Amino acid sequence: MNALSAENLTFSYGSRRIFDRVGFDPIAPGQLTALIGPNAAGKSTLFRLIAGLLKPESGKVHLGNTDLDTLTTRTRLERVCFMPQFFTANAALTVFDVVMMAHKQLKGWRVNEADMIAVGTALQEAGIGHLSEAYVSELSGGQSQMVSVTQALIRKSDVYLFDEPTSALDLRHQLDVLGQIKAAVADRGAIGVVALHDLNLAARFADNLILLGEGRILAQGSPAEVLRADAISNTYGVAIETSKGPREELIVHAYAS
Amino acid sequence: MSDSTLVSGEALALVRAYKLRHLRRVLLVFLALLLLAGLVVIDITTGPADLSIWRTIEVIFDRSVATPKEDVIIWQLRLPVALMAIAVGAMLGVAGAEMQTILNNPLADPFTLGLSSAAGFGAALAIVLGWSVIPGVGGLFVSVNAFVFAMLTSCALFLFTRLRGVTPEAMILVGIAMLFTFNALLAFLQYGASEIQLAQLIFWQLGSLARATWGKVGICFAILLLMLPWFMSRSWALTALRMGEDKAAALGVNVGLLRITVLAGVSLLAAVAVSFVGAIAFVGLVGPHIARMIVGEDQRGFLPLSALCGALILAGTSIASKAITPGIVYPIGMITSLIGIPFFLLLILGQRKRHWQ
Repeated sequence: MNALSAENLTFSYGSRRIFDRVGFDPIAPGQLTALIGPNAAGKSTLFRLIAGLLKPESGKVHLGNTDLDTLTTRTRLERVCFMPQFFTANAALTVFDVVMMAHKQLKGWRVNEADMIAVGTALQEAGIGHLSEAYVSELSGGQSQMVSVTQALIRKSDVYLFDEPTSALDLRHQLDVLGQIKAAVADRGAIGVVALHDLNLAARFADNLILLGEGRILAQGSPAEVLRADAISNTYGVAIETSKGPREELIVHAYAS
Repeated sequence: MSDSTLVSGEALALVRAYKLRHLRRVLLVFLALLLLAGLVVIDITTGPADLSIWRTIEVIFDRSVATPKEDVIIWQLRLPVALMAIAVGAMLGVAGAEMQTILNNPLADPFTLGLSSAAGFGAALAIVLGWSVIPGVGGLFVSVNAFVFAMLTSCALFLFTRLRGVTPEAMILVGIAMLFTFNALLAFLQYGASEIQLAQLIFWQLGSLARATWGKVGICFAILLLMLPWFMSRSWALTALRMGEDKAAALGVNVGLLRITVLAGVSLLAAVAVSFVGAIAFVGLVGPHIARMIVGEDQRGFLPLSALCGALILAGTSIASKAITPGIVYPIGMITSLIGIPFFLLLILGQRKRHWQ
């Protein structure tokens, strides 16, 4: 079992302390974990620390028995695939080009038949084949976000970190995209962590939740456990209740007081 | 994946479209090369002496068939100028393309960072004060001064980025500060200069290919042959950078290091070009824009075509500078904008897609 775990992570932006000795319990592969927490809780920062794009002052991230700090940046980023938060690029690059770029991951510019078929198949499976020859500067917000997710999923990594992959998507595409991510993580036996704001989506798709707030991990466990904990109401500053939906799924309700 | 029978028809159609676009890109590059060769020949035949195009081509390919007069005109006078035009055009085109890429700014060109005004100031020191930064370079001291000052400016820029971090904003702002500093210093020198010196200075700044020699042409091509493959080898990283810094970093690009090293390369290209032929604006800005409109920003097509567009513009300029008034060779700096801008405006007006919004 190559679980992902972190202990004692301390990190500051300048003099502003973000994390003080933060750690989380091992995240099992093959399951989808949702990272939830209010704005500015440090979700993106935690992702960047795991990916190695930011260096912690102290603490370690382990993948199985490997201390990720012992890897070179390049190798680490090959094993840990991080999709940054929603972006719009103004580049004159086609969707096929940018997905090819993610697929090759800077490994030179010889593109062979297998590479091209891999990219074509990925675009078709993601349902964005019709955008293949469009420039990324012409895409709508939702379309660019789907391209971003495709760029992440075409890579073969051990850990996938998605920073709010559904923030610009309509209902159907939210379900589509999270379904794709969940299926890919299960198929590949990879570790998948998704930062989400929508607690209902988190409850529906995630096998586990991690609640981040005030620079600490406040709760970690199954959606039912975490969503019913007192910590979640306190962190978000709203009263949170759960109930069963028409298809026996967990539904989250928030009340202003 | 390798078993093509499992691949769906839609995926194959996407692959075909991609291949077609790739083929188109290669064809365009070859077409531009052909066009460039044609312009070089026309450039050589243009001017007094009534050379025919076929005779010119014959003499270029076989120097031994030339009469003494043809040898002097074609091989000693016009070929260095024509080759200098395309070398400098390509250098400025490449420098502009990479500048726009690393600074994420459509208005960036080799001169944005104050390189040309620094070079202008260096040249002015030589012309007005007769002062050579590196002693013992003889008649080349105007070029050498210009080069040294342009490179010093980019060194200063490096130091600033070490203090403030390698962000495009910091680089552009410091560059603009450089630009104004050197312009002010240049004004000081101009104010104190004699009339003859002033005329010389202005002539230098307008840019001229007439100073081309085989030695200078060799240096320019050597630097191009050094830098182009190196930029091409970084083409994935540079393309990735256009997707945003975050994305590029997540793919494993060391963004800060890439910016700094590419800046060094760009500075070298621009400084050599400017010191040999004077400040030629516009080519470094527009060449890459034309390339972008035609093939997009995948560096594998963008970079060679930017170089070729720059070369084409300057080759065209060189012809125009001789053809406008027979017997007079106008400074090319004046002509680049005049012939480039109408073409550029046409491209913008005919452009369906908008980038850099």
